[in-house]
Amino acid sequence: MTSSLERSPSLISEATIGKQKPHEPILTVRDLSVVFPDGNGGLEALRGVTFSVWPREFVCVLGPSGSGKSTLLRVLAGLLPPTRGEVRFRCADAKGGNGLPRIGFVFQQANLMPWRTVLENITLPLELAGVNNGAARARARKLIDLVGLQGFEENWPRDLSGGMAQRVAIARALIHDPDILLLDEPFGSLDALTRERMGAELLRIWQAHQKTVIMVTHSISEALFLADRVLLLSARPGRIKLDMAVDLPRPRREEMRYTAKFGKLARRLKEAIE
Amino acid sequence: MQINLVNKVNNAVPHRLRRRGSLWPVLLSVFLALLAWDMTSRLTNLPAFILPSPLQVGERFLRALSDGSLLRHTWVTFQEVVLGLIFGVTFAVFLGYLLAKSPWFERLVSPYLVASQAVPIVAIAPLLVIWFGPGMLSKVLICALIVFFPVLVNTVVGLRAVPASLRDLMRSLRASHWQVLRYLEIPATLPIFLGGLRIGATLSVIGAVVGEFVGADRGLGFLINVGRGQYDTALVFVAVFTLVALALSLYGGVALLESVLLSWQEWRRE
Ligand SMILES: Nc1ncnc2c1ncn2[C@@H]1O[C@H](COP(=O)(O)OP(=O)(O)OP(=O)(O)O)[C@@H](O)[C@H]1O
Ligand SMILES: [Mg+2]
Repeated sequence: MTSSLERSPSLISEATIGKQKPHEPILTVRDLSVVFPDGNGGLEALRGVTFSVWPREFVCVLGPSGSGKSTLLRVLAGLLPPTRGEVRFRCADAKGGNGLPRIGFVFQQANLMPWRTVLENITLPLELAGVNNGAARARARKLIDLVGLQGFEENWPRDLSGGMAQRVAIARALIHDPDILLLDEPFGSLDALTRERMGAELLRIWQAHQKTVIMVTHSISEALFLADRVLLLSARPGRIKLDMAVDLPRPRREEMRYTAKFGKLARRLKEAIE
Repeated sequence: MQINLVNKVNNAVPHRLRRRGSLWPVLLSVFLALLAWDMTSRLTNLPAFILPSPLQVGERFLRALSDGSLLRHTWVTFQEVVLGLIFGVTFAVFLGYLLAKSPWFERLVSPYLVASQAVPIVAIAPLLVIWFGPGMLSKVLICALIVFFPVLVNTVVGLRAVPASLRDLMRSLRASHWQVLRYLEIPATLPIFLGGLRIGATLSVIGAVVGEFVGADRGLGFLINVGRGQYDTALVFVAVFTLVALALSLYGGVALLESVLLSWQEWRRE
């Protein structure tokens, strides 16, 4: 990504106001449509979705239930082939091999392997990549510190609370140094307080690691608190209804949730949803 | 990995100790059964070839042990059971994997599998003895056949039950087929598979005895036949008890394997 660091003012769109970015997007989605076969003509989940994501950007995807948010993430992760359109990753130093990006996926449920300890769950992506065990464990310990789970290395997932399990999942998604982090309502199963704390923690991790993040959420205020940009999907079939920059200063603080600026952005999103 | 293995074994120990604590009721019930048996044989005064007393059976046991015949026959049956188990399980796992992976293959094969289960093993045992001779091979095959089905079913059910979300995780990490098998499918299927193995282990003992009844010159089933022919009913008892012990120790072996391999889900069995 060395050459892409030079900045071209002409390419700064609404989405990048207030923040200078490498001029080349890491991800380009063009005219993406997904149709699930259902016997009578097919169920259209996404229609003509087009957007780009720049390196180190934090993008939140909002939309009503069934608007295709999970479907979108699954396509981006390569778990589902698109019916039409294309998904292009352009990272000069793609780590996934043959031009594919390395992906860290955090699912709605923590999705841990119950037969692996916390530490073993976190090292899984490195084991799959053939990294030797000592190095993998050392790196996992660093991430355990980062997500605040010291002392739980040898516990089984069943001993963890929902929030702790989700933090293990986040550590697992970070350990192989992915090009892009995809999060599908990662805090969906948590109570409001834990949810806010985890959000703040995720911001801290994102700032420390400078990752590109695409996160699905149901919550307007969570999206505004975390993101550089919010993509709003319409009801099924999902289309991009709004692509809004969140020009709140960073680092974000809890008090910002009560500022006029925050309220204005929230109202704009709410109106677009209705 | 090493540290963790130690951890798993340590976790498994207290569980077994807890079980050992509940051994006394078992001993008591064995003692009471022996007592009832002894009383019956004393009160009814039946001849020994109809109902030998516990003491007579004990005597016969020591005699069979000291002349080496009991160990020799037990060893033969044990080999048949274990070899049958190995072949049956290997084939069942292999076929089970193919069946779980390919619905097309399942449609092709499943009519035969279901039909084969409708044939009682006792009915085809004579055929196998005719084809493969009265030696060990025919018994191993009978054991393998009887073990095959429950292990196959459990393997398929286990593989089908692997959570789709974990499959997604492995795909998002671009795991190869081999890695999915090693890191996801085998550990996820293991609990259900071991349940099938537990059933298979006891069935295998039945298979060996059936085979030996049909035609053999060695083994515990053969020993039962000999005892019956000579009105040596005490010997029949000795052989039957040895078979029970064999089946129980195989069952216990699988249970031990479970408690070591599946310590992460110990809560399930409490
Ligand atoms: N594998 C599938 N086969 C058929 N239809 C599917 C499949 N996955 C999703 N759908 C359909 O596609 C539409 C979009 O689903 P998706 O899960 O992407 O929605 P979502 O925006 O994530 O919803 P939620 O907010 O409730 O999680 C839904 O109508 C759903 O029924
Ligand atoms: Mg969803």
